[in-house]
Amino acid sequence: MLTFIGLGLYDWNDISVKGLEEVRKADLVLMEIYTSRLMGSSPLQIGERFGREILLLSREEIEEHPEWFLSRAVRETVVLLSAGDPMVSTTHADLRLRAASRGIETRIIHGASISSAVCGLTGLQNYRFGKSCSIPFPAPRWSPNTPMETILQNLSRDLHTLVYMDIQGKRCMTVREGLEQIGRMSEAMEAPVPELFVGVARAGSDRPVVRAGSLQDLVAFDFGPPLHALVVPASLHPIEREYLEVFAGL
Amino acid sequence: MARAAKIVERVTALMDKPDRIRNIGIVAHIDHGKTTLSDNLLAGAGMISEELAGKQLFMDSDEEEQARGITIDASNVSMVHDYEGGSYLINMIDTPGHVDFGGDVTRAMRAVDGAVVVVDAVEGPMPQTETVLRQALKEQVKPVLFINKVDRLINELKVDEMEMQIRLGKVIDKVNKLIRGMNEDLYNQGWRLDPKNGSVAFGSALYKWAVSVPFMKKSGVSFKEVFQKCREGDMKWLAKSSPLYAVILDMVVKHLPNPIEAQKRRIGVIWKGDKETPEGKAMMNCDPNGPITFMITDISFDPHAGEVATGRLFSGSLKRGMELFVMGTAGKVNRLQQVGIFMGSERVEVEQIPAGNIAAVTGLRDAIVGSTVTNLKEMTPFESLKHYSEPVMTVAVEAKNMADLPKLVEVLRQVGKEDPTVKVTINEETGEHLISGMGELHLEIITHRIKRDKHVEIVTSPPIVVYRETVSGSAGPVEGKSPNRHNRFYFEISPLEPAIVDLIRGDRISMNMMELERRNILIAAGMEKEEAKGVRDMFGTNLFIDMTKGIQYLSETMELILEGFHEAMEGGPLADEPVMNVKVKLVDVKLHEDAIHRGPAQVIPAVRAAIKGGMLLAGATLLEPIQKIQINIPAEQMGNATSQIQGRRGQILDIASEGDSIVVVGKAPVAELFGFAGDLRSATEGRAMWSTEFAGFELIPSSLAKEVILAIRKRKGLKHEMPRPDDYLER
Ligand SMILES: Nc1nc2c(ncn2[C@@H]2O[C@H](COP(=O)(O)OP(=O)(O)OP(=O)(O)O)[C@@H](O)[C@H]2O)c(=O)[nH]1
Ligand SMILES: [Mg+2]
Repeated sequence: MLTFIGLGLYDWNDISVKGLEEVRKADLVLMEIYTSRLMGSSPLQIGERFGREILLLSREEIEEHPEWFLSRAVRETVVLLSAGDPMVSTTHADLRLRAASRGIETRIIHGASISSAVCGLTGLQNYRFGKSCSIPFPAPRWSPNTPMETILQNLSRDLHTLVYMDIQGKRCMTVREGLEQIGRMSEAMEAPVPELFVGVARAGSDRPVVRAGSLQDLVAFDFGPPLHALVVPASLHPIEREYLEVFAGL
Repeated sequence: MARAAKIVERVTALMDKPDRIRNIGIVAHIDHGKTTLSDNLLAGAGMISEELAGKQLFMDSDEEEQARGITIDASNVSMVHDYEGGSYLINMIDTPGHVDFGGDVTRAMRAVDGAVVVVDAVEGPMPQTETVLRQALKEQVKPVLFINKVDRLINELKVDEMEMQIRLGKVIDKVNKLIRGMNEDLYNQGWRLDPKNGSVAFGSALYKWAVSVPFMKKSGVSFKEVFQKCREGDMKWLAKSSPLYAVILDMVVKHLPNPIEAQKRRIGVIWKGDKETPEGKAMMNCDPNGPITFMITDISFDPHAGEVATGRLFSGSLKRGMELFVMGTAGKVNRLQQVGIFMGSERVEVEQIPAGNIAAVTGLRDAIVGSTVTNLKEMTPFESLKHYSEPVMTVAVEAKNMADLPKLVEVLRQVGKEDPTVKVTINEETGEHLISGMGELHLEIITHRIKRDKHVEIVTSPPIVVYRETVSGSAGPVEGKSPNRHNRFYFEISPLEPAIVDLIRGDRISMNMMELERRNILIAAGMEKEEAKGVRDMFGTNLFIDMTKGIQYLSETMELILEGFHEAMEGGPLADEPVMNVKVKLVDVKLHEDAIHRGPAQVIPAVRAAIKGGMLLAGATLLEPIQKIQINIPAEQMGNATSQIQGRRGQILDIASEGDSIVVVGKAPVAELFGFAGDLRSATEGRAMWSTEFAGFELIPSSLAKEVILAIRKRKGLKHEMPRPDDYLER
């Protein structure tokens, strides 16, 4: 049995009771720390709290060398923990397929995800979001403009865009870095910079920060430690506007 | 140096008069007398004293050159010559003749507009004579001929006057035949060499005299006097009455083009950009007030000033403090520190250098040999310098002392920057770095200089042969999956058609030329239209073709796909040796919706693995480098020479008799030629004269292939078994 368990948004407290019970019963507990991570607890703390030894796995170990834990999952119960909800980042879909092709039973215990949390934090209605996208850290000879294309397509259909910030090892992209990339992309594409952005930091913590404003406003604003996320709103419904005024300093 | 200071003054006064400039190279087969000639031209122009010229070999200033008696590095020098009442600036480059340093000739030919081809009157045109001529013509560099060592003809071979003239005539015929064979158009447009018009001179560089038909009219010294005075041993008289420098430099001024004339013809060949752009127009007109277009042809290291970049300035004027860009780098500003010219091993600073000259500058941190440097933010780069020969031998080097590890890496990067015929592979994990070069001597000099000049103690492995990989059949579509398996790439792999390989080798197509122009050339060579339209990249003689249509996000992923293609071409599936003559067609792609999930770490390995696996399915084969060998030998020794070739998996291609000696031409694999020099010498009692030349790659005999592949794999720490497609492809 391979069980995908979502840890939720911020610290070890965010796992569901059902998820915690599964962790305690499991024969092997794995945790993936590349699609997202819990900023409020270290993996060590999580292990202590859960009373289990947790094995951390890198991207290569999950994508390229999953054989060993898949073969253990044939007879034993293996759980794979990931921050947020395990299936929002599509990479785990492939792992579930691989497990199924070996006749391994699989299941998902969901966790809260930033994709729903932003609705609550910003007041932007879930129904009005278009395709989401991520902004990657640029690499040599690779600085894609597609995130901006997605934003512009959504805007042209009057839809909001949730923009995920890249995580590379210890490096987590901040709202400021993300906005700088947006500035670069709009210059490269000769497209106008959207007028309004909403930055979200540390969703799920006791003190999340939500701030709405122009690109310049938010570049100047200190959102504090990671994780960060960004929303590019389309036109605002009166309730959405009021919500941003009350909760996001608009 | 007062003498030199005065010359510099005269040189700078002429720099901004392009019609008074001649940029020339001295080229020849090894030992035919280039450096002796160069030295004596300098002495004649007053640069060095008469006594030193030829003895000290001013132009061979490196101690290694002096000890071995050969030229290793091309060197530049400027001088002034008076001709028919006007003064002319001659920027001259003396080049090496040894095959291993042929890269220097290739580079020099980019910098100059004309060449003095030196041929030994006794030996006649030799294999390297042909090679250097080919390089000159490819770069549209106009040749004149100097037949040297005529004194030997008379005093050693003891030919009579009649015989002398016949022999000299034969040399001219042979060289003309070579030129016509290489470029009939230019031959017919006045590049045929003709003693009557003065594009051929005869003489002795060592004894400092020469004659030409036009000069005979001035001096009254003809072949008759030459013959007589040589026999009498009074060469001093000849040197006084018909001095070498005057005859040769007259010929240079009269027959070789000035930069304005030359650039009009050359730019279209060495630069594929749009001639209507400001930089295009400036280059066509050699305009000193236009944008800077500067091509780096040499990088050397000066203990005081650091890296010195030398090259040809095609337009604009270089001044200290100028802000320039090096094309193909991050676009950071490079500020010129010093601007100067080379006078042999000395560098002299000048105020500014205008278009049409050869300049030596410091401050170009990002430049390597072959770089295009400009003050424009963007310009089409010059065509890359393609050397006819490829690295065929490798040595592994390691630092002797742990403390030198980082320094060695830095030094090796520098080596790669200075000499583009060297390929350096740095492995910081193992500390064992590889240097691939043209031959044993080349590698010996490089490693020696690392110790001598850079003061890094190194341990060097014996030289190892460099092989190539290619495919004998076709395969595909093969699927490459990214590690997250959300991105899929489908390739077809096949051998690249020989006609297309020839186009690439001959620099007839380039990724810099207009797409339509390239497409038409490819179609004319037999490529299908759809393929010709899809050509996205050339890497060595491998082609990457994109056959897909309308795939979303493909364009921003293409750079990464090409990166994966390059990695596969740098090391093929059999033994991680460079790949040649392969056509890679991308036929379909599936990409993840989100940019983060199709980044470098996903795309590059997927593409690399698919191409390598595909090559194995397409019948990957190993090729080995072959050398052509020419041996001149007395008739009675012939058998000893041919057996030396045949005993080395070699083949005899031709045997011809020339007078009382025999010319044997053959070929053999480089792998079998270690120690050839010594063996041939002892087999023939030291009476053989021989030279070798790179002759391409050939299929390794199948009986040897497996053994060689496994040996390379073992050496490189790869899995010690024959690779299978499944090692790369997931089924
Ligand atoms: N007899 C005679 N010997 C000459 C003449 N010119 C050059 N030599 C000799 O030929 C040998 C080679 O001369 P170099 O000038 O070093 O030849 P090179 O072409 O520069 O040689 P590389 O640069 O190594 O290819 C030397 O020993 C010279 O003294 C000549 O006109 N007559
Ligand atoms: Mg020489």
